[in-house]
Amino acid sequence: MVGAGIVGASCAYALMRAGVRVTVVDRGGVASGTTGAGEGNILVSDKEPGPELELALRSNDLWRELAEECGGFEWEPKGGLVVAETPEVLDALTAFAETQRRHTRAAGAGPGDPETTPPASGAVAAVPVAAGNLRDFEPHIADGLAGGLHYPQDAQVQPMLAAARLLKASGARLVRTAVERFLVSGDRVTGLRTGQGDLHADAVVNAAGTWAGNFPQAPLPIRPRKGFILVTQPFAVPPVRHKVYTAAYVTNVASDAEGLETSAVIESTRAGTVLIGASRQRVGHDTAIDYPVLARLARQAIGLFPVLKDRQVMRAYAGLRPYSPDHLPVIGPDHRLRNLFHACGHEGAGIGLAPATAEMITAQIAGARPAVDPAPFAPGRFA
Amino acid sequence: MTYDLAVVGAGPAGLTAARVAAARGLRVALLDAYAKPGGQFLRGTAPPRLTGVDVMLGQRVWAVEKSSGGFRVHASATTTAATLLVATGAHDRVVPFPGWDLPGVLTAGGAQALVKGERIRPGEEAVVAGTGPFLLPVAVTLLDAGVRVKEVLEANRPSPRMAAALARVPSKAGEALGYARRLAAARVPYRTGHAVVAAHGEDSVEGVTVARLTPGWRPYAWRTVDCDTVAVGYGFTPQVDLLLQLGCAVEGDHVVTDDRQRTSVDGVLAAGEVTGVAGAPGAVVEGALAVHSLVGEPPPRLLAEKARLRRFARALDLSYPVRDGWRDWLTPDTVVCRCEEVTLRAIDEARDLGAHDPRTVKLLARPGMGWCQGRMCGHAVARLTGHEPAPQKRPFAQPITLADLTLHDREDNA
Repeated sequence: MVGAGIVGASCAYALMRAGVRVTVVDRGGVASGTTGAGEGNILVSDKEPGPELELALRSNDLWRELAEECGGFEWEPKGGLVVAETPEVLDALTAFAETQRRHTRAAGAGPGDPETTPPASGAVAAVPVAAGNLRDFEPHIADGLAGGLHYPQDAQVQPMLAAARLLKASGARLVRTAVERFLVSGDRVTGLRTGQGDLHADAVVNAAGTWAGNFPQAPLPIRPRKGFILVTQPFAVPPVRHKVYTAAYVTNVASDAEGLETSAVIESTRAGTVLIGASRQRVGHDTAIDYPVLARLARQAIGLFPVLKDRQVMRAYAGLRPYSPDHLPVIGPDHRLRNLFHACGHEGAGIGLAPATAEMITAQIAGARPAVDPAPFAPGRFA
Repeated sequence: MTYDLAVVGAGPAGLTAARVAAARGLRVALLDAYAKPGGQFLRGTAPPRLTGVDVMLGQRVWAVEKSSGGFRVHASATTTAATLLVATGAHDRVVPFPGWDLPGVLTAGGAQALVKGERIRPGEEAVVAGTGPFLLPVAVTLLDAGVRVKEVLEANRPSPRMAAALARVPSKAGEALGYARRLAAARVPYRTGHAVVAAHGEDSVEGVTVARLTPGWRPYAWRTVDCDTVAVGYGFTPQVDLLLQLGCAVEGDHVVTDDRQRTSVDGVLAAGEVTGVAGAPGAVVEGALAVHSLVGEPPPRLLAEKARLRRFARALDLSYPVRDGWRDWLTPDTVVCRCEEVTLRAIDEARDLGAHDPRTVKLLARPGMGWCQGRMCGHAVARLTGHEPAPQKRPFAQPITLADLTLHDREDNA
């Protein structure tokens, strides 16, 4: 397993439970990349109808199971609240939720055998919230919003703890060193050349996040997208109860724009701080701080929660989200080399999608049929 | 308007630089977080006269940025300048021990600031502990405020190297002698190879455990001392936040400068403790030298003086290290990060989960994520994971309100 982020840790956990012995290699140790710079979102609300939504719904169920059987990572089934500033946006949002619900039902028959595949990827729950009722959900939310939608399935974990706990619970060995290249014999990958010598394996999984595309022997079109998060001072009682975001976030997540996009995404953590996102920028591997972007995030946060205005922000961090050309993750066997599997390109949804990704990879390595149709995620689709 | 020089920090280095630069006709802005100039060292003394300098007090600089033709210095207002001098000094370095989070335990610098700045007497009976020559003036300040100083405990043992270094800097030797006489007159024992390894009390400090230390700082031969105040200082950590924001090269805990205080980034100068802790006289010399890098040539006398004080600083560094034996003072319940109330047990749990370095420990257990952003616990967390303490990049050198941050959301900010 190349990578000890949430995807690598989840894969290690699922594989070890399936009886596969796993060694995880990461040059930075557990959660040192994108996993360590995110909010820990487990969302169905922001997913367009399609394969990613199916994966998200399956993952949502799996996260609930992991919280039970592993735990220790601040599982918060808090639900999401998406708000609209104007009646037009609210109409669009409501129509979007309707397509989410319809699609899922159609896909519910799914690729799997209905006897063995539980209706896990059941349905998106989205409940309209009238403007006058928004305060029932968020007492401190701004005046003048047109209304919103409540997504009770949305949840949050502390992502670094989740990766660390899953890795620990898996019992997999973690080797902290750089991976130099794949060991290849003919058209088969036989292991890894690392900074601490060669590791031989029957299968190699590439869960290297932002760097997953850079192996010269099996390149993938994975690139980083930069995002900032602001962290406020801790509150005794944080003023935000759900994950709250504006409709613009849904558009931005799916956007292909090169330039800077920001939308307000606000939530609190168990530590009492409030996390403020989200920005998206394509600037390579640069994680330098950009104060005008942070200022814009602050303005949008105050717009949604005026009570934050006089609160102090203590820190900010930039994370790189690895994305693919069609913004779908890359999961499955490599199309060039046998015994090599990819589990990468999850962009900003890696925490949410990790368990279902791990389930898919485990089935593929074992030669079984995945619970979710893997075809849309096949690495060969860019060839 | 764009200043020729913006000086951040109005301590000995910044004050000197601002005065010298103004005298040479430069347009100078001098910013400081406090309501009065002087910094830690000159706090409470009569404010110096600064003609031709725009003094901006109560300005907590939270970020500096490069801009076209210079730098933007962000506090509650933004100041622009062609050249930047960072003279932000240093803060106390502390090591954790059981009970150090009780009211009545102060940092050495904090105790001095309380007395000199706020004219507050922190308590009736004090023990001063830690390492380094700064313990002496702190003890004297407490004595002058009417506190009964029961003991001064130096964890290290004086080395011949330090004596030799002192002998080469007569002003320092005289200063040390003065403090020693004052302590002797007040019958305050100065014990080397000793430390406060625990503080006790219900709601505040009622006493401390004092131990003798091996050369590696492992404790033995414990006894208790009653007191209501403890001042602890284990040296200082340079405040290099703003310099790191600009990408200036650092070495160990301090910023790298050439002999005229130029950092690795064009137009950014650094003087005083940020270049390595050397005390106020060194800061004054460096403040003056910084201006000479802008106008004219530095006088050889200043360069020689700087070299001498730097050698002294190096001797200080080598003579008063922090040894790892303090880790034996802790119990699992000892709070290591006070802001987030992270105990040694929680840090050990994070290490058990695979956290091998300070960053991962922070991500898993939260030490350094609170108000002080690791300024207090950074050294301890690094050493607990076997790493050398290294300056952290902090996007906000000071907390800032969200409302103040929005002021930078402007087109002309690009």
